[in-house]
Amino acid sequence: MSLLLGSLTIGLILALLALGVYISFRIFNFPDMTADGSITLGAAVAAILLVHGIAPIVATLAGAVAGAAAGAVTGILHTRFRINGLLAGILVMTALYSLNLHVMGRSNVPLLATASLAKEAEALGRAALGGQSAFNCFGWEVSVSDMAMLVLAGMATVAVCIGLYLFFRTNLGTAMRATGDNPQMIRALGVNTDTMIVIGLALSNGLIALSGALLAQYQGFADVQMGIGMLVWGLASVIIGEALVQSRGLAMTIAGAVMGSVLFRLMVAIALRWGLNPNDLKLITAVFVFVALILPGLAARIRRRKEAAGCA
Amino acid sequence: MLDIRGLQKTFNTGSPDEVRALRGVDLHIESGSFVAVIGSNGSGKSTLLNAVAGGFMSDEGRIELAGRNVTRWPEYRRAKLIGRVFQNPFSGTAPHMTIAENLALATRRGQAPRLGWALSRHLRQTFRERIRALAMGLEDRLDNEIGTLSGGQRQALTLLMATWLKPRLLLLDEHTAALDPKTADQVIRLTQTIVAGEGLTTLMVTHSMHQAVNLGDRLIMMHKGRIIRDIGAAAKKRLRAEDLLEQFNEVRRADQLDPGTAEMLRDLYV
Repeated sequence: MSLLLGSLTIGLILALLALGVYISFRIFNFPDMTADGSITLGAAVAAILLVHGIAPIVATLAGAVAGAAAGAVTGILHTRFRINGLLAGILVMTALYSLNLHVMGRSNVPLLATASLAKEAEALGRAALGGQSAFNCFGWEVSVSDMAMLVLAGMATVAVCIGLYLFFRTNLGTAMRATGDNPQMIRALGVNTDTMIVIGLALSNGLIALSGALLAQYQGFADVQMGIGMLVWGLASVIIGEALVQSRGLAMTIAGAVMGSVLFRLMVAIALRWGLNPNDLKLITAVFVFVALILPGLAARIRRRKEAAGCA
Repeated sequence: MLDIRGLQKTFNTGSPDEVRALRGVDLHIESGSFVAVIGSNGSGKSTLLNAVAGGFMSDEGRIELAGRNVTRWPEYRRAKLIGRVFQNPFSGTAPHMTIAENLALATRRGQAPRLGWALSRHLRQTFRERIRALAMGLEDRLDNEIGTLSGGQRQALTLLMATWLKPRLLLLDEHTAALDPKTADQVIRLTQTIVAGEGLTTLMVTHSMHQAVNLGDRLIMMHKGRIIRDIGAAAKKRLRAEDLLEQFNEVRRADQLDPGTAEMLRDLYV
């Protein structure tokens, strides 16, 4: 049960990462490597502020803002200085590695002794349940701290989803989607696509950093290595989500990214429980994304071949 | 309305692929006139249109539009003054967005996007009415993705979008070249209705002699990055497609002479 709760919680926290990747990768068609650095940046900024006694909510939002700034830098490198998008992201990601070490002052900041959103949620949950530390949920013994964090992550994700859905239906959001869909058309309608890309990458990395800030508080530490491979992780979630919802509609793709993230985390947790070597996790994630990316084209080719054979 | 002076553009400068696409173009277009541009492949007619739209910055020369010097304006800024329809039906609309969303973007051409709702009930009603006038059966498909429409339907919508807010200049870049003859005809008729109805200043590049002769009140022929013929309203009324073809052949014959002789002949006779 606690495995399930833990997977759900991490899945929901990383859903914010998936939504960020969805914005850069699917809406803007921009493979933004900044993600690996900005998720750590969010965690680092939040952690160091918490250690200095700043209120958890403020520290978390500050982490998100720092990530947004990093995304904006990638966007400016790409649009203003005409650097290849992939390279711009890699440059910022690499720079962020040093920056994150500077922010944290060391490679790992433990948060066990400080206040955090996780602890505030737990305290709130206990107060609501009259001071118990565990309760019975459909026959299972569930700890209040696990449940409280799950509810918190769920609320944050739902709020972000609704916010994103509404945002992408405004004039600005519509223009941003058009920038990814057909930049020539939206320029001909008078929109500065460079500005749209900078704002879009800021939004994307802001969400990714928010995910990092929450993750650090949930697992009780921020680590300079925690971002490695996170872009691919987010991508895997987005791809699973698309397979799940089979729709291009805005609401469905946003919901799909969240569902994909939760499902992917569950699959990973089960695989680890079955004895998968944790060291192989990133390799398997990469292979998974590779297969998911080539599968649609492969399936179409096989279908065509079958049809051709049928005609002959 | 549009005033072009000494416009020059060379692509891939200094490389073996160097192309002198525009070699000093002077063109003045009066407000409300409909100018057709014709020329063989590589004559620079589409490049001229693109230079006006701001797709690239010209090397030399000056472009003035509606009394403003727009020579150094980026493409998106010129879009405030210019409506555009492209040759490729896929270029003018966002394929994965709905008809209504595409139109909503067009209603705000030239304004920086802000946080107001893109669509409203009132706006959708207006869209439905204007689309019904296209007579293409699209009025009940406002929420379909534009990618599901045919090329002709997309060009009709692009035309509607380009002129939703009255542009100071409408640029049509061979906008029927990729369509079948029947659809092309439909789009051309729509073009005439809109241009005449709103009295739009229009610059239309075309590959079709028929369109060049029958549309507009002025005809310009381009060759090798220059304007070589400029036929005004009176002469254009008498012009037939065969005459135009003859002029084309003339140009082609001149090409077979060496460039120096051709230049001399052009100076003498044109």
